[in-house]
Amino acid sequence: MADQILNKELIKPENLVYKKTKILNDNVMHYCPGCGHGTAHRLIAEVIEEMDIQSDVIGIAPVGCSVLMYNYFNIDMQEASHGRAPAVATGVKRLWPDKTVFTYQGDGDLAAIGTAETIHACNRGENITIFFINNGIYGMTGGQMAPTTLEGMKSSTTPYGRNIAMMGNPLKITELVAQLPGTCYVTRQAVHTPSSVRKTKKAIRKALEYQKKNIGTSFIEVVSNCNSGWKMPPVQANEWMEENMFPFFQLGDIKVPEED
Amino acid sequence: MAKVRGTIVVDIEKCKGCEICVGACPTSVISMSTEVNAKGYQYAYLNDPDGCTGCTNCAIVCPDGVITVYRAKVK
Amino acid sequence: MEEYKLMKGNEAIAEAAILAGTDGYFGYPITPQSEVMEYLTMEKPEERTGMVVLQAESEVASINMLYGAAGSGKKVMTSSSSPGISLMQEGISYLAGAELPCLIVNVARGGPGLGTIQPGQADYFQATKGGGHGDYHLIVLAPASVQEMADFVSMAYDLAFKYRNPVMILSDGAIGQMMEKVKFKKQQERMKTQPGWATVGKTPDREPNIITSLDLDPARHERFNIKLQKKYEKIQKEEVLFEEIACDDIDYAFVAYGTSARICQKSIELAREEGIKVGLFRPISLWPFPYKEVGKIADRLKGILSVELSAGQMVEDVRLAVNGKIKVEHYGRMGGMIPTPEEIVLALKKQIIGG
Repeated sequence: MADQILNKELIKPENLVYKKTKILNDNVMHYCPGCGHGTAHRLIAEVIEEMDIQSDVIGIAPVGCSVLMYNYFNIDMQEASHGRAPAVATGVKRLWPDKTVFTYQGDGDLAAIGTAETIHACNRGENITIFFINNGIYGMTGGQMAPTTLEGMKSSTTPYGRNIAMMGNPLKITELVAQLPGTCYVTRQAVHTPSSVRKTKKAIRKALEYQKKNIGTSFIEVVSNCNSGWKMPPVQANEWMEENMFPFFQLGDIKVPEED
Repeated sequence: MAKVRGTIVVDIEKCKGCEICVGACPTSVISMSTEVNAKGYQYAYLNDPDGCTGCTNCAIVCPDGVITVYRAKVK
Repeated sequence: MEEYKLMKGNEAIAEAAILAGTDGYFGYPITPQSEVMEYLTMEKPEERTGMVVLQAESEVASINMLYGAAGSGKKVMTSSSSPGISLMQEGISYLAGAELPCLIVNVARGGPGLGTIQPGQADYFQATKGGGHGDYHLIVLAPASVQEMADFVSMAYDLAFKYRNPVMILSDGAIGQMMEKVKFKKQQERMKTQPGWATVGKTPDREPNIITSLDLDPARHERFNIKLQKKYEKIQKEEVLFEEIACDDIDYAFVAYGTSARICQKSIELAREEGIKVGLFRPISLWPFPYKEVGKIADRLKGILSVELSAGQMVEDVRLAVNGKIKVEHYGRMGGMIPTPEEIVLALKKQIIGG
């Protein structure tokens, strides 16, 4: 029964309303079931296709779960060392000012080891776009505490919950970069529901269009899940995220260009 | 009056059974299979030919991009 | 008429960088090499050639900017001094692993740690043996004059692009700071096209270009490492550079590079006044090291004194080259101290001739 495709008569090219973008290849992504990375990848790829900028775009991959993201995109990419993607992107963009350059980084990469590169690229107002996936945990290395781990949240290095007195506070780096004059657009979005996906895609489109205008760094945080790290099934993880992550990491635009 | 009908094609072997599409479907016509694919995941499928409107919600939340959607007006 | 300019080594390397058609410079100030970026910013290379100069927030950022720019096929360089070069080691390993051509200049000072701002040659191991993690080599060139500081820039780029490998110019604070006459080559045009592997935007006629040093498949990654090693073997065969000074009819030789090689030239004069037949073997490429050539000259010598501003690093390579045939000793000063020609002659007499 499950193998049967219903309404087969509808399957005609003229009825096609959604298909995976050609900017992603057919490799099966290595992400855990339900992981937001896949959705975030796809949205970036869809915007690249819709803006028709495949031949002008250079992406910078981080170290973290998305270290192998270049295996899934049909675009030129570089793999940076841990945390240095904004510096790598700076090097590319300064010498290719007409290209579209983006980084894609997790919370450990962007907000811990790469804090200096993040802050200074944003402060210089590099005309790049930074995609920041925040799932409050180190996914790749096995669920350790991240700079964004919430107070009381359990991880493999905070097995009794994050104790602020001992381990410091969760870092809202997105609010921090919004303070810098070099950033033009700073927003926090999600990818776990159809409406959040549609909003995030619009934000990605805006960010890449601002880059074309050379008005500074555009920065999109995506609050996402880590089912394996949080030790929950995907649907439950998304519910937990809404209840616990969103009150602290509030969704919405933090900074928009004055003309808008 | 013309009615909108849709259908989805799930790339079964690439589905990881996360079930996020199930909750995203406004007409609740996606179920998870009892059988598994080659990787051992239960996969998503359309369970009711009349309920799907081709709204694409399931496809756009799918982290693995395994859902293709078709839609047409039928009389 | 040949036109000479009087310049510091650091300034000469900066001017040569503009003239070599460098596309981008990324750096961070550190003594004794800060004149490189100071000269570049003063010269407005963005107007002269369109060259980009950017002061980064750290050496870590500089080397990674270099990675990005080199990965997109541009001719790029950075410069620093010992502590800053240590900070760059991770990035240098990634550059070597991703096989990216670029130029890294180390105007070395004494260490370890913050050390001193005076000249040093104690970064030899770091420069020639890898420095960062993994099995890799930089091509390392050691200038001994302001003229060579200038000349080695375009030579370094040629080697970098020929082998898709980072190249280091290992100088020291004395050569960086000293003023000498220097003659420059003509302005070279900046590259109009990029190599086929560069990430410049995927066009429909090719697969995506990926710049990475990562491969999780051990068999494939071993094959990549073997390929790297073959490249290094080729470089060792074809790119050895050295100079022999006053080496006809000698009994002894100094082996020295950079500032030490300059001092040894005076030591040779002093020693010859005393009737000691000594010459200078100067490795110019520190990696590839001239093992064969040092081994060959050793056949007609009684002993070698390796002179370095260190506790003895290059001497290990000299010993490998000589392979026990004759006596090889090290003489050096540390902490930014520079030996006088007289004390080097004394060391030759005590450690080699008399010893």
